Amino acid sequence: MAFASMSPYGNPLKLVLPLIVFAAAVAAWEAVVHIEGIAPYILPAPSLVARTLVADWPLLSRSLLTTLGTTITGLVLAVLGGVLLATLLSLSKIVEYSLYPFAVVLQVTPVIAIAPLLLIYMPQDAAVLACAWLVAFFPVLSNTMLGLQSVDRNLMELFELYGAPASQSASARLRARLKALWYLRRPAALPAFLAGLRIAGGLSLIGAVVAEMAAGSAGAGSGLAYRIIESQYRLNIPRLFAALVLLALTGIALFVVLAALNHVLLRRWHESALQREV
Amino acid sequence: MTQPPPALVSVRDVTKVFSNGVTALAGFDLDVFAGEFVSLLGPSGCGKSTVLRLIAGLAQPTEGIVSWPGSTDDDHRGEIGFVFQDPTLMPWATVADNVWLPLRLRGVSRHDARDRIAESLALVGLSDFAKAYPRELSGGMRMRVSIARALSLKPRLLLMDEPFAALDEIARFRLNDDLLRLQNDLRCTVVFVTHSVYESAYLSSRIAVMSPRPGRIIAEIEGETPGPRTKEFRTSSRYAALCAQISQVLLDQTAAERL
Repeated sequence: MAFASMSPYGNPLKLVLPLIVFAAAVAAWEAVVHIEGIAPYILPAPSLVARTLVADWPLLSRSLLTTLGTTITGLVLAVLGGVLLATLLSLSKIVEYSLYPFAVVLQVTPVIAIAPLLLIYMPQDAAVLACAWLVAFFPVLSNTMLGLQSVDRNLMELFELYGAPASQSASARLRARLKALWYLRRPAALPAFLAGLRIAGGLSLIGAVVAEMAAGSAGAGSGLAYRIIESQYRLNIPRLFAALVLLALTGIALFVVLAALNHVLLRRWHESALQREV
Repeated sequence: MTQPPPALVSVRDVTKVFSNGVTALAGFDLDVFAGEFVSLLGPSGCGKSTVLRLIAGLAQPTEGIVSWPGSTDDDHRGEIGFVFQDPTLMPWATVADNVWLPLRLRGVSRHDARDRIAESLALVGLSDFAKAYPRELSGGMRMRVSIARALSLKPRLLLMDEPFAALDEIARFRLNDDLLRLQNDLRCTVVFVTHSVYESAYLSSRIAVMSPRPGRIIAEIEGETPGPRTKEFRTSSRYAALCAQISQVLLDQTAAERL
């Protein structure tokens, strides 16, 4: 996991080297723009992008909050829906057989393409949110399902030996399944769920951006992706870059937060979060 | 002559056919008496593990019965401790929480289970590792945790499915001795599945040799009485003779198959 490289125990070079490369690239960009005298509406210098970011902050910060709100709400709803559905599917084969194929269809269809359709049927913010939710939903669902099914078979037998009810009534069986879900499947599913969450975090942002872009030409949006489209129409390229920088930072922040969550929850026991002994 | 005591568990004329059509056991008979250390010895795939699963109630015989003659209860799961070939610990839980699992599933709170957990861990010599996670332990220590977990319910019958097969010989020798000491201290009965002639000869008060699939018992050999072995036992002529006797049965079996 990349997060290990950001931890204080990791090799400091792993943090310093990319920063140097990044600074060099920005400096080269700045130099090329000045030496070649490139017009700001074609390629703005990083310094101009930074100045625009500051000057347009009132406008851009509102857009940032909008996009961030959509992304996080979409992600939270995807987690709630995905975990709930995965739990239901794992509890009942009948539910699994009836619903899972549709979840797969939903996944293999590039749902992004239905964004324009959503915009017809829903108010714009709801449509954008629905789009973010849709693309983030499936990774949570499929990873959680995978996790819930990945309990050691012997542990399940142990559970049957010690925990299963003597009576065979339907309600007793359901209670036993819920118990197995809580004691064994839930913790066993955590690593896979968190992997799904990391994917879903990025996808939720992409969903929000795409939906905003689709909605952008319709006018009323105010998210970062809408700002990008708007700046393009107005040839305000420095602001376009500034919005892009904010989007990138949002993606990075999301990744870091989710990776940190992963690390905190798994560091004691899961291979993926272990520090390698040197 | 006195009447022999009733068996703790009696497996009578059991046939087990799996859903894929494989007959694992055919005409299998075994009586396990209280206080015994019975080894089931046989080649891989002869249905040894199936016997344990039948005794534990994790599988039902296709034909025949598994009964507990001395008891009127239907549910014996609380009297059984099961140790698998793999430690099968929960990687997300500490050693203490792993040992707690059987009690927890029976509704015992952690607070009430505290003494039992400590006691079980002390029995296997892991008192200092209660807070450790399984991945921090060696293979032998993980197996000890697995045994402590099986002991946490104070079982009358301990079923062990090749528990030491994956361990190195040094760890296995130590665990063999620990197991005999434990059985002596706890006065429990052990049914132990193994494919090691030497392990069965060292541990058992009775060795039941099984035929290849479909499995049944082809010979029963008296071993040493239950309890800890002396230091000299592993090099004694009695041990060597036992090993030879068991090996001979297996060789005869293989020869009979070739004909």
